[in-house]
Parts: sequence; C-alpha cells; structure tokens
Amino acid sequence: MDTVKLTINGIEVEAPAGSTIIQAANLAGIKIPSLCYLKDLNEIGACRICMVEVKGAKGLVASCVYPVNEGMEVWTNTQKVRDARKMTLELLLSNHRMECLTCRRSGTCELQDLAHDFGIDKVRFQTEKMEPQIEDSALHLVRDNSKCVLCRRCVAACAAQGVGVIGCNERGFQTEIGSPFGRGLVETACISCGQCIVNCPTGALTERDDTGKVWAALADETKHVVIATAPSVRAGLGECFGMPIGTNVEGKMVAAMRRMGFDGVFDVDTAADFTIIEEGTELLERIKNGGVLPLITSCSPGWIRYAEQYHPDFLPNISSCKSPQGMFGGLMKTYYAEKMGIDPKDMVVVSVMPCTAKKYEIKRPDMQGAPGYQDIDISITTRELGEMIKRSGLNFTALPDEAFDPIFGIASGAADIFGASGGVMEAALRTVSSILAGEENAPLEFHEVRGLESVKEATYELPGKTVRVAVVSGTKNAGALLDAVRAGEKEYDFIEVMCCPGGCINGGGQPYVPAEIKNFVDYRSLRAKALYDEDAGKELRKSHHNPIVQEVYAEYLGEWGGEKAHHILHTTYQAQPKYRL
Amino acid sequence: MPNTKTVVPYSGTPEQEAQLKAVIAEYKDVPGGTMPVMQQAQEIFGYLPEEVQIMIAEGMGIPLEEVYGISTFYSLYNLNPKGRYKITVCLGTACYVKGSQAILDKIVARLGCPVGSISKDGKYSVDATRCVGACGLAPVMMVNDDVYGRMTPDQVDDVLAKYK
Repeated sequence: MDTVKLTINGIEVEAPAGSTIIQAANLAGIKIPSLCYLKDLNEIGACRICMVEVKGAKGLVASCVYPVNEGMEVWTNTQKVRDARKMTLELLLSNHRMECLTCRRSGTCELQDLAHDFGIDKVRFQTEKMEPQIEDSALHLVRDNSKCVLCRRCVAACAAQGVGVIGCNERGFQTEIGSPFGRGLVETACISCGQCIVNCPTGALTERDDTGKVWAALADETKHVVIATAPSVRAGLGECFGMPIGTNVEGKMVAAMRRMGFDGVFDVDTAADFTIIEEGTELLERIKNGGVLPLITSCSPGWIRYAEQYHPDFLPNISSCKSPQGMFGGLMKTYYAEKMGIDPKDMVVVSVMPCTAKKYEIKRPDMQGAPGYQDIDISITTRELGEMIKRSGLNFTALPDEAFDPIFGIASGAADIFGASGGVMEAALRTVSSILAGEENAPLEFHEVRGLESVKEATYELPGKTVRVAVVSGTKNAGALLDAVRAGEKEYDFIEVMCCPGGCINGGGQPYVPAEIKNFVDYRSLRAKALYDEDAGKELRKSHHNPIVQEVYAEYLGEWGGEKAHHILHTTYQAQPKYRL
Repeated sequence: MPNTKTVVPYSGTPEQEAQLKAVIAEYKDVPGGTMPVMQQAQEIFGYLPEEVQIMIAEGMGIPLEEVYGISTFYSLYNLNPKGRYKITVCLGTACYVKGSQAILDKIVARLGCPVGSISKDGKYSVDATRCVGACGLAPVMMVNDDVYGRMTPDQVDDVLAKYK
C-alpha cells in the first residue's frame, strides 16, 4: 500500500495515501473532534468542527475531507483552531433548543459532549427561540427539528438504505430535515429501520418512547406481564452501562428484568429456533414441490416493509414465517396462555428488540396467533430497556448472571447468531443439511456466510440438491441483489436479507455509538463476535435439537409446517404504494 | 412558505406527460441531469406539483425527496401554479422603504393564501418580486400586466375588486 509521511502537531505520521487528515491523526493517537463526519457514510465537511491548520493552506481546512500529502504539516490544537471550533459550536448552539436536563439524549448527545469539552459556559449568540417541532406520525420515531444541527447524518443513513425519504428542504435559516411536500413520515415509503435515529448526534431523532406502557403494565396487578429479548440485545445492552462493546450481558440482563418484576423472563432466541423449523420446512417443501424460489427470509420487518413498498414483485418469494418476535408473541398468547391457564386478555407481552421497525411490526394486521389479540403488546428497543433498568435503580454491572425462565428460555447456538448478518442463513443450513444429509454428515459452521460484507454467496452440495445461497444486509444492497435476480444475472435458492447493514447487531434500536468511536472501531464485528462466541460455547447448536421446540411441536403444534403451526407462526404480505398522494 | 402542497388539483394532460417522458429520456444518463429536467418540466406544466415530481423521481431513478429538496432550495422552481390573476408585489428597495410589505400583507390577508401560493379557486396567486423597474411609482403591485403605483393598503380592496 502506498503511504505518505506527514507531521501532525510535530509528530511524524505515516498514513495510507488517500486517507484524510482525521484518519491519519487517529493513526497517530490524536483525536480531532468532529460532528457531521461518519466514515463512508457522511463525508461532506459541513459542520466545521474538525477544522485544523495546514501549513501553506489558505485558512483552516476540514480534516474529515482533506486528503493527506507527502510532507504535509498539520496542527490540530492551536489557539486559532480552538477558537474556530468554539465559535462554530457557539453558532450551532445559537438556535438550538437547549433543554439538556429534560432531553432523552442527555448523556449520549454528541453536541452536549462537544459543548462540554470546549468549555462553552454561556451562549453568546441568541437568535429566534426555537419551539419544539414534533413530527411523530410514524409508530417508531419522533423528530424534533428544534434540536437538529443539520449535520445530515440521518439523510445519509436513509439514502444508504436505498430509501431516501428524508432530506434537507428549503435553504438558509429555513433549511430543515423533512419529507417531500411536508408529509409526515407515515405518508412516505419509510421502512422504519431507525438508521437515522442511531446515527443522529443529538436529541432530534429518537424512537417513540414506549417505556411508559411497560411501567403501567408492570404496575397493573391484574396483568400477567412477560418480556423477552432478541439475540442482539445481549450483545449491545452492556454499552448502556459503560461496558466494552461486544460484552455479552445475557445473564445480567435476565437478572435485571426479573428484578423489575416481570412474571416471565423469556428468550426470543427460543422463538428463533421455531423460525428455523418453519422456514427450513418451507424451503424443503418449495424445493421438493417446485415452489417459488429463491426463498427469502422474513425475520426483519424493515426488510419486509422495504419489499412491500419497493420490490412487491418479490413478495411471493418471501417466507410466510413471522419474525421470531411474531412467533414468540403468537406462542405466548396460545401455547403459553393455555399451559399456564391464563386468558390472553390478561397478558401483556413485551419484546425487547435491537430494532425500531418492530414497533411497527407488532401492529401489522396479520400478527395475531390468538385471534383478536396482538401477538406482542409492546416492543421496546435495547436503549429503552437500558433506560428502564437505570430507572429501576439496579446496579447493572454488579448483578449476578441468571438464566431465562426455562419454560421458554432455552435456545440453540443457531438462534443466538440470528443477530449477525448471515446468522439466520447459517442456522437454517444447520437444520436443512442435517435433514438432507443426516446429522453426522452435516457441518456445524458455515463460515462463508459470516462477516460484514454487504453480499455473501455460497453453494452447498446436499444430497439431491445443490443449494445456492446469498446473504445480504442493508436494504439498498438487497435491492441491487433483487435487481440482479430479476434480470436473470444471479440465481439462488435461498436468500437471507437483513434490513440494517451488518444485521440486527447494528439495528436502529441498539445503543448509540458516538461517531468518534464508530469512525475508528469495528463495533459491528465486536457485537457479532459476542453472539458467535455464545454459539461456539454451547452444546445445543441446532434449532431442531432444542428440547422446547421438540416439546411444543409434540404437545401442541403438531407437524412442522402443519396447519396449527401455520395459523400461529405464519403471516401474509401486501404490496404497499411507494407514494401516498 | 411556498413549500405547502398546492390546493389546486393536478390537471396535467397525457400530452404534457409524454413531453416530460421525452425530456427525462434525454437527461437520464447525463450527470447533473435532474435540474434541467425539473426546469423543462416547469416549462411544460407551469409548476412542479407532487405528481410531476414523482414522475421525475421515478424517471431519473432518484428519491422523490431529492427532487423536492432541489425544488424548495431554488426560488425559481414553483410548487404552485399561477392563478388566472397573477398578483405580484414589488419588495425591491424603493418599494420596500415606501411600505410595500404592508400592501403584500393586506393582499395575503384578503385572499387567505400565503406568498408563493394560489387561492383555492385557482383565481389568484400571490408572489413577492424584486424590482419591477417602476421605482418612481413606489410602492408598486401588479396584476398580470397591469401596474398599480403609489399604492396604500387601503386601496388593495379596490384593486382586487376589478379582478373577479
């Protein structure tokens, strides 16, 4: 690799040719503060916080976009630089609705951190006082432009998903983030992925706060309240409590939820094992009976919403299986309710998801395993669970490790890895290959489908069938893959699609990772590793070996893919208009 | 703000739509082709309503928001059609210091449609404009090609009454 030598603050640095000053500085252990910069996503030099002095350059330059050159002399910490950054911050704050004490992002706000770091102890410039500008038409999101700094990170994240329903409208002081023709998000082809939220540096974008409903349910003595967590939650939740990225906190998370007073503390991973049984059965049936192929996974509601609005011609390809969240809720209101002798109307089923689209998914019409009862009553994000644990006065890091309630708390390693892109595919391949080739001949690990590449392909020779698979994450990448399939350029039998880039570990409901970490640390791989490690450490690694799965089918559901299973564990899809005139 | 959705129903003809398709075909693969397409679409339809912007977005293969963002950034793109009576009030320096803002405010109040928009019946559109070159008559308002000089807010009703 070509490199160039430069000096930063007098320190000699060797950096790859083509890198920017901020990247070279990071190599030298020098932190340059930034706000709008997100590596590979938003490199527009807009916010002017990362300004540095370059010898010979006219004025200060934006280090996030300025390329390094041989012999370049950079100064990142002169009085001139500090003054410029401080002035920029003061101007950013001049029309910011500063209500830090009552803002949900207090403590995780990147603007607040910068103001603190730069010692902004008063606001010298006062422009028009901003009133709240709430846009909360969608089920998953609340936008308040009075806290927006116009960094455009949300716009870039939305465009990178191939969605692009938000952007900058108007100009000058009137510029604001919004959707075409002043429409609310609910009237656009938003897919609810929440990548805008998780990339917002301030309190301008947050998920709809549903914790109040959970508290109310817990306080209602007539209700039987159960909670369950998706795979990725255990790989992210620790970050809310200052633990290193990639810490698996399953045990403490369970202990916390139990102490909060839930009547059942369950694992959505268990439901993920059911997903593999049903989806695997569906795949084998479609292969055997000449059904529509490629079969495409259906775990990710952001992806489902993307398909319904942007690629409705592929709806027949999508597995009719509910997501693990849906399967969990369906089984709670039927199997569990009957087993425990509880009327589903007296139950409140709460899911904790790394996802904001799940808030939308629970309201879908065909998500009622027990007719008349929504499968999941309340869906909260990993972040919201973190907030609830803090509010409960629990010392999270000091909690003991506890296990999920056994009635719905045993999961295979195959289910654990659902949270990482490629995980559902690998889990399905473990079961499908066991069925086709026999337990002994089936491999346990399918490394070809692991990793963060946006598209992964592999071909597996199984008795009687060559299975060509693809794994794709990020809806824009999925759209490109489907275009290739439609054009006949690519042929597959089975495709896994995850809405968020890298899979659920990077979901829109996961803890905020500040840009200064995101830009330089591979946080997605660290979170994924937590799940792959959990899988590798288990005896139980195939979904169909899960004793709960075996028991529920034997006692209650009957056949894999049978009528009752279909009724409780499957759903339907509807093409949706991209524009709502 | 002129970015509000127009109250007048879309009335594009198949001929106009065919014209726009031809323009899109010409510019689809041209870098930076969106703005010229929008400009010509405005020449074809007179303005850029949501329906037309969707045609442009789909045709160019870009999100509608991208088209809309451009259309609200540049003041020469209109989201609203012009009325049968196109009312403009000069906010150029001379007219402004002579109180033309009050004239404009009065018109907006009378017609109930904000600057840059059109009345529900499609009869009147209201715009603010820069110097019309009649500074000696300041403050000036125009209705189509008729110029009214040395206006006072009190005279607004009389002028509007001429255009029924």
